[in-house]
Amino acid sequence: MTNFTRRKFLQVTGGAVAVSSLGFPAIVGAASKKVVIVGGGVGGATAAKYIRMADSSIDVTLIEPNTEYYTCFMSNEVLSGHRTMESIKVAYDGLKGHGVTVVHDTVTAIDPDGKKVTTNGGQTFAYDRCIVAPGISFADNIEGYDDAAMTAMPHAWKAGEQTVLLRKQLEAMPDGGVVAIAAPPNPFRCPPGPYERACQIAMYLQAKKPKSKLMIFDAKDKFSKMGLFTQAFDRYYKDTIEWVGASNGGQITRVDAANSTIYAGDTAHKVDVANVIPAQKAGAIAIKAGLTSDGGWCPIDGRTFESTLHKGIHVVGDASVAAPLPKSGYAANSEAKTCAAAVVELLNGREPGDPSLVNTCYSVVGPDDAISVAMVYNLTDGKLGKVEGSGGLTSADSSPEMRAREVQYAYSWFENIKKDSWG
Amino acid sequence: MGCNKKALVALIGSVLMIGTSQVLADPSAKAMADTCAGCHGTNGQSAGPASPNLAGMSASYFIDSMTAFKNLEKGAEQGEDARPATIMNRIAKGYSDEQIEAMGEHFAAMPVYKANVPHDAAKAKAGAEVYDQACAKCHDEGGALPDDDAGILAGQWLPWLQYSMVDFQSGHREMPKKMKKQVEKLSDDEIEAVLNYFASQK
Repeated sequence: MTNFTRRKFLQVTGGAVAVSSLGFPAIVGAASKKVVIVGGGVGGATAAKYIRMADSSIDVTLIEPNTEYYTCFMSNEVLSGHRTMESIKVAYDGLKGHGVTVVHDTVTAIDPDGKKVTTNGGQTFAYDRCIVAPGISFADNIEGYDDAAMTAMPHAWKAGEQTVLLRKQLEAMPDGGVVAIAAPPNPFRCPPGPYERACQIAMYLQAKKPKSKLMIFDAKDKFSKMGLFTQAFDRYYKDTIEWVGASNGGQITRVDAANSTIYAGDTAHKVDVANVIPAQKAGAIAIKAGLTSDGGWCPIDGRTFESTLHKGIHVVGDASVAAPLPKSGYAANSEAKTCAAAVVELLNGREPGDPSLVNTCYSVVGPDDAISVAMVYNLTDGKLGKVEGSGGLTSADSSPEMRAREVQYAYSWFENIKKDSWG
Repeated sequence: MGCNKKALVALIGSVLMIGTSQVLADPSAKAMADTCAGCHGTNGQSAGPASPNLAGMSASYFIDSMTAFKNLEKGAEQGEDARPATIMNRIAKGYSDEQIEAMGEHFAAMPVYKANVPHDAAKAKAGAEVYDQACAKCHDEGGALPDDDAGILAGQWLPWLQYSMVDFQSGHREMPKKMKKQVEKLSDDEIEAVLNYFASQK
């Protein structure tokens, strides 16, 4: 029974104003309101959509090299065979439906004084505000991990081709083989990621290649949700997974890709499948545009996510220094909304309001078992901070019923974050 | 004597600090509510499979739910004042009562959203009768009336309806007396049927 109100009609068509403003020239005499967004991952896409939803008189251009985007989150389930590549693929039609101009090209330069962005294809885009969401690039902390090594020992820390590569290697590995995950030092994209990956791959190994082993060589002595992951390792993967902390020789310093060998100092580990995740820094364009500080990440203002190094340019997502928010998909989405709201205010000559942010990270650690960490953030004394007393981890003694619900909520998060960011 | 004075100074100091930080952080209802979209969908329209739609629920129901989640964190016994949760208890405690009220108004101002929920058509058909007998009085219009302050059940994600019923029947989540009286009369099949009925509502 439908009660098709006008309100519902507008909702369905995305708002009559937004639809009709496509292709129309800017109103004569009005202040120019052009936003150029560099990067179409979670951060860039969310910013584009939320700016358009808030103010359809703002011209938004999003520049992303890939015509299709594969989400890193849930890609661990592709590695275990529990999910298809198709399910982690997102297209850009949704953003186009919000009136975003989507350009598939690579940004090669950002001119903060001239306020323009240049691309590989030779295009130039002028902006009033620029939002840079380039994700990560890899640091040179592992000797021998060059481009050739990236194919032989995939990082699969940018989803897509790398995910398929790693999955194929796992499928080809004989029973009784050894899989190694080299987990990176802090800070890095997706803190629980390597450990969820271990659980997922271990599930696959136990089902299909039960004599195989999985070693985690860690550049750290502690990691995200460590108590809960250790509980899962003990509960489900006792004979499969072994974690080696940095203090016990876990730090991988060199690889010999041609010989399938990874080195922790002088100790060699010959393995069958090596998933090497190097140390990270901000995406290349952020570094090139002078948006990074010594640590390799982009310092920003917590209220607006405007770069503290170049006015008029904002940075959101993994590339930004947004601690205590982690470098996660949910955080990128939350930061992008904060940034979008601020940019809308600034372009309309108003003061940005106070931000409110959330992070939730789910990890599917067993057949009917998922764990999560959640946190609420706001601005305290001008800096991003946790709302006191909020958030926390899944309880170690939560029931199987609740852990099973967390799996469904993890999938719900996944379906919703995809739609919320790109749809 | 000295101990008491120190404690008093510390108490005053902490009260002043709390007061200051509450004045400084004042995000809008929209800023706060938009963060929910990561799990509950843009504008509270969930894509499922399990996290519930929020769009259009009454402010009263939203406030009751969030308060029950906060109470769980404070250690209240599940049932009367607190609602079982996997994660919402951890998130709800990130907001003051005023902020929860503001978010409640924000979602209540939206039109009721009914998702396209996978369900069993035969069970839904059987559920229509169960609905008429046992639920219609308090869950009007197929569970789509916000003013009932009974949540939006129409077009709501089936797993979430099922989890809620498990919690109601175990006593971990409190049912209003009138609801308990009706639910206790129903068989498992009848309950499953009526949940499918609600999920199927368009």
